[in-house]
This record gives sequence, C-alpha cells and structure tokens, in this order.
Amino acid sequence: MKDRYEQYLEKREEYFQRIQRLNRRDFIRASGVAAAGAAMSGALSPHSFQPVDVKAAGQSFRFAYISDSHLYERSLNERFVRSILKAVDDVNALDPQPDFVFYGGDLAQLGQPKELEEGAQILKALKAPVRMMVGEHDWYLDMGEAWRKHFGKDTYSFDHKGVHFVVLNSVIVEDYWTGPKLTPMERMLAMAQLDNPNGRPFTVGDAQRDWLRNDLAGVAVDTPVIVFSHSPLYKMYKKWNFWTDDAEQVQALLAKFKTVTVIHGHTHQMLTNKIGNIHFHGMLSTAWPWPYAPQGLPRLTVRMNRADPFDEFDGCGDGTVDVAGTGRVDKNFNFWSRNPLKVSAAYLDSDGLLSKPPRESDINY
Amino acid sequence: MTRIQNRILFVIAVSCLAVGASRVSASDGPARSGAAQAADVSVTLCDGETVMSVPGLKPGEVLQPERAKEVAAQMLQSWRRSQGEERWAAWQRNVPLETAARSGGAEAAQAPPAAAQAAQPTKFTARDLQLWQREEKKWIDEGYKNYHSAKALGGTIGISCDMCHPDGSNTHPETYPKFQSQTKKVALLRDMINWCIENPLKGKPLAENDPVLRSVEAYILSTRKGTPLDPGKH
Repeated sequence: MKDRYEQYLEKREEYFQRIQRLNRRDFIRASGVAAAGAAMSGALSPHSFQPVDVKAAGQSFRFAYISDSHLYERSLNERFVRSILKAVDDVNALDPQPDFVFYGGDLAQLGQPKELEEGAQILKALKAPVRMMVGEHDWYLDMGEAWRKHFGKDTYSFDHKGVHFVVLNSVIVEDYWTGPKLTPMERMLAMAQLDNPNGRPFTVGDAQRDWLRNDLAGVAVDTPVIVFSHSPLYKMYKKWNFWTDDAEQVQALLAKFKTVTVIHGHTHQMLTNKIGNIHFHGMLSTAWPWPYAPQGLPRLTVRMNRADPFDEFDGCGDGTVDVAGTGRVDKNFNFWSRNPLKVSAAYLDSDGLLSKPPRESDINY
Repeated sequence: MTRIQNRILFVIAVSCLAVGASRVSASDGPARSGAAQAADVSVTLCDGETVMSVPGLKPGEVLQPERAKEVAAQMLQSWRRSQGEERWAAWQRNVPLETAARSGGAEAAQAPPAAAQAAQPTKFTARDLQLWQREEKKWIDEGYKNYHSAKALGGTIGISCDMCHPDGSNTHPETYPKFQSQTKKVALLRDMINWCIENPLKGKPLAENDPVLRSVEAYILSTRKGTPLDPGKH
C-alpha cells in the first residue's frame, strides 16, 4: 500500500505528464475547466461548458439539454422546482448560447395540467429556443392531451445546420387499463411506478415507425441523423422499461445512415451504447438519479458514481451536446455536485479504446 | 381482512396445531348457543378459503382457548367435507418436512449415493412451512405497499422510497451496521429508512416498533434474499 504522500506525488507526476501531451484545443479546454473552477469559488453561477472546436465538412454547433424534472405542483414539492430552475439558470448562463435547448421528457410527475403548466412557464425563461419530447409521466393521465396543448406534436422532425433531427414518442404501451376499468389517475400511477411488476414494455409502435420510414425517405444517407426518444432505443432492462420493445425495428430504419446518434431520457444516469453504426447517450435528470439496472448494462457505458443521498443535487444535472461538422456528437454531462464528464464520439468510434471517461469509484448495489 | 379477524385466525391457527389432527373428530359438537347474527365475527381457516361465522362472537371479543379449539375443529370438519376423504387422509399423514425434502429434491440429487442417511425426526411439516411463508409474505406485501406510498410513510412532498430505489436497489441492507460518514455514527438499516423519511420525504421519523417501519425493513431485506451479509461495507 502506498501512503498518501506517495499517492499524491504519483498523481502530480501523472498530471504534468498529461499537460505535456495536451494539444492546443485540449489546452484551451483545460484552461476553461480551471476558469470554471475559479468561478465556482466566487459568486458566479457555476457552470463548466466548454466550446469544442471541431474542423470538419459541415458546421459544428451545440445544443443544451434538460430532462426528467418530474414536477409536482410547487405547493406540494418545491425540491423538484428548485432543480429545474437550476438547470434553466445553467443553460441561460451558457456563453455563447446553445442553438436550442432540448427537453427530454417527464416534465411532470403525474401528467396533471397544473404540473405541465408550471413546467411550461419555467421553460419559458430559457433564452434559447426549446424543443420538447414527451415522457410517460407527461402522457398517461390524459394520453397526452394537456401536454400536446402546451407543446404541440409528440412526434416530429426538423433540420438544423445540416443535421436531420427526429423526436419520437417511445413510451407507447398496449392498453391494459380499459379491461380492469382503471381510472385515468390509476393508469397514471401505474405507469409512474418504475418497478411496477404489472407494467407493459414501451414501444414506438407501428404508426410512428411508418411515419419515421416516410420521414427518412427523403433524407440522404450521408446526412447526419440525431434521434431523440424518451426511453433508450435498445433493450437493457425490461422490468424498469430501460427498454423499447420494437427497438430493433427502429434501429433497422436508421441503419442505412452513415452517422446516427440516439439521445434518450428516462434512465436518469450516464449511459452509453453503440449498436452497429448508432451511438446512444442517456441524459441526466434534474430531479433524482436512478440506480443502474441489475442487468443489461451496455459494454461501453462508464457508470457514474453512486449518488450521495445527503446531497439533493448529487447525480443530477443537465448538459450539452456538441455536434461536429461530421455529425458525430460529444455528450457533456454537467453534474451539479461533481466534475463534468464528457463521453466523446472518439470514445465510441474507437469502441472504447480512446478518450475513455474516468471510471466510477463508488459502486452501485 | 380486519385486524380482529386476523387475531382470531391466529388463535385458530395455533389451536389447530395444539389440537392435532387425530383429536379433531372428538370435538364435533357445534355450539348452538347464540343464533348466527349479522354482527357475528367471521373467521377464516388457514387454507385461506374456508370461512365461518362464530355464533355469538362480537367484534373486539377474544375467544377463550377451549371455545377456539371447538371452532377450529368445526372448521376442519367443514374443510374435510369440502375436500373429500382422499385429501383428508393426506392431511392426516402430515408428512414431516425432512422426508418431503429428501424425496427427490435438488438436495437429494446432489447428495452422494452413500449418504442415504437416516434423518433425525422433526416435528415441522410442509404445511408448517406454507403457513410461515404465508405469514412472512403478508409482512413483505405490506412493506411493498408502504415502500411505494409517500402517504403511508408520512412523506409530505410526494416522494416515496421506490422513486430512488426501484426494487430495493441501492438500499444495500446487507451492509449494515456501518459507520455512516454523513451522520458520523453507526447506522442500522432502520436508521437509514428513517433518515430518508425525514429528509427526502420530509416526514417524521417512525418509532422503532412502528409497523410501517418494520414492514418496510422486511420488504427491503426480502429484495436482497441470498445476498451475503457484509456489515460495514461502503
């Protein structure tokens, strides 16, 4: 066993070695991190988003994300309101501003009009334009009626700086409420329980897959595609719906494109996967972190440390996505009580050989 | 089922064991003293199905032991009639647990042939085991309900245990007791349940003997069945 001083010397040596290896871009980034560290000790709002300057054919740009805020009415629960406000502050403090802010679903906890209304009001404070996605917590009280009233369609696509973006509603489940005559609130509560043994698997469903096929028909195969889905568009752990039941069929529709990235909410944790040519990234929640599922964790996922329950912000956060000119993305996790972490396209493209994020040290149970 | 019914069921279940199957037929005389009224308490046999109302027994009253034995015997007879003689004979054989386990279980398959060793007699039967499992399950089911209900736990902001710990994950009950660095003292699982009730749930900590606390503890432990104990692990 090395004593503390030896460990310190070793770390110090490693640090200086690393500095020597830095190229110009990394140096700028490292200085940025240091500057953010300095800002944290002052009165400034702490954030540490760094511009990444990638030279490639297309135009590089950045968007920010906020996800899984699970708002109750403020009078019942202020904690979750505090958290989403913190994320809004983070994103508004970004300089330069992101091209847009993506909201990853589960804005409300029980899909109630007042919860959604409150969320919509809070998101209006964002300076950048907002793109919305629906989650099961928004949907199953009234099958999306209130949500659609506020935010429009739950399935849509748009183009931005040469990238084709698709937003899906991946939380469709078969009707298991009409038979037993569940009330809307009973249905909502059943869907809101992650470990509900009587739940049903999420799907994108036939109708939306048809829509997706049509939508992608006019898109050239070398156009980068970024897909947003609330649930991960692969199969990890069915019991908690860290899972999409028709994932393979959706992946098949995306397979012809050279550069595809799927970004999902629902799992409240760092998650990374690669299937064929498709890169997958999870988003952080502003409300609470989920534990990792007991099985099915993708090989390329570097897990985040177990959260400290004594710190209400630990394991939570928001983040940014840097889209390179090639259409590949670097996913930045902006943790509120920890150092930020980046999962880069290089890490995924190299099958985990390069730019590996630091491993977790506090294991999950 | 009401608490009273539960209590009576327990009395009867104990009586069943005390009376023993061979003596059941001796006390066959149904007591007709009080005519059955709507207010009479219903009791359920340990099969969970056979129900009868006890004439004259009012809610809140506790049966005297002799009377309880009579009621138990009557119910057994009623069960006998409903099941037929073949099952009744099987019931009376009351196969000891040890014999049941050895007749072709996985254990028997693993044991070397020479180990066909005589077992020491045991008084416990497969029926006992069923009964205990049913009682245990009741606790765990109750715990499951409380674990998933902010209201039952006394939480005030809509947060329940399962929201951060689905299926009991990251509760690691097998690691207690351990020094909890944040509170700077040694904690048991129940201390941490109470910590969660008080902090993320914004409720009031429960008394050590509170049935809600005890049931939640039972549920959490049940989710980690088979996990080796590792007190002090961080």
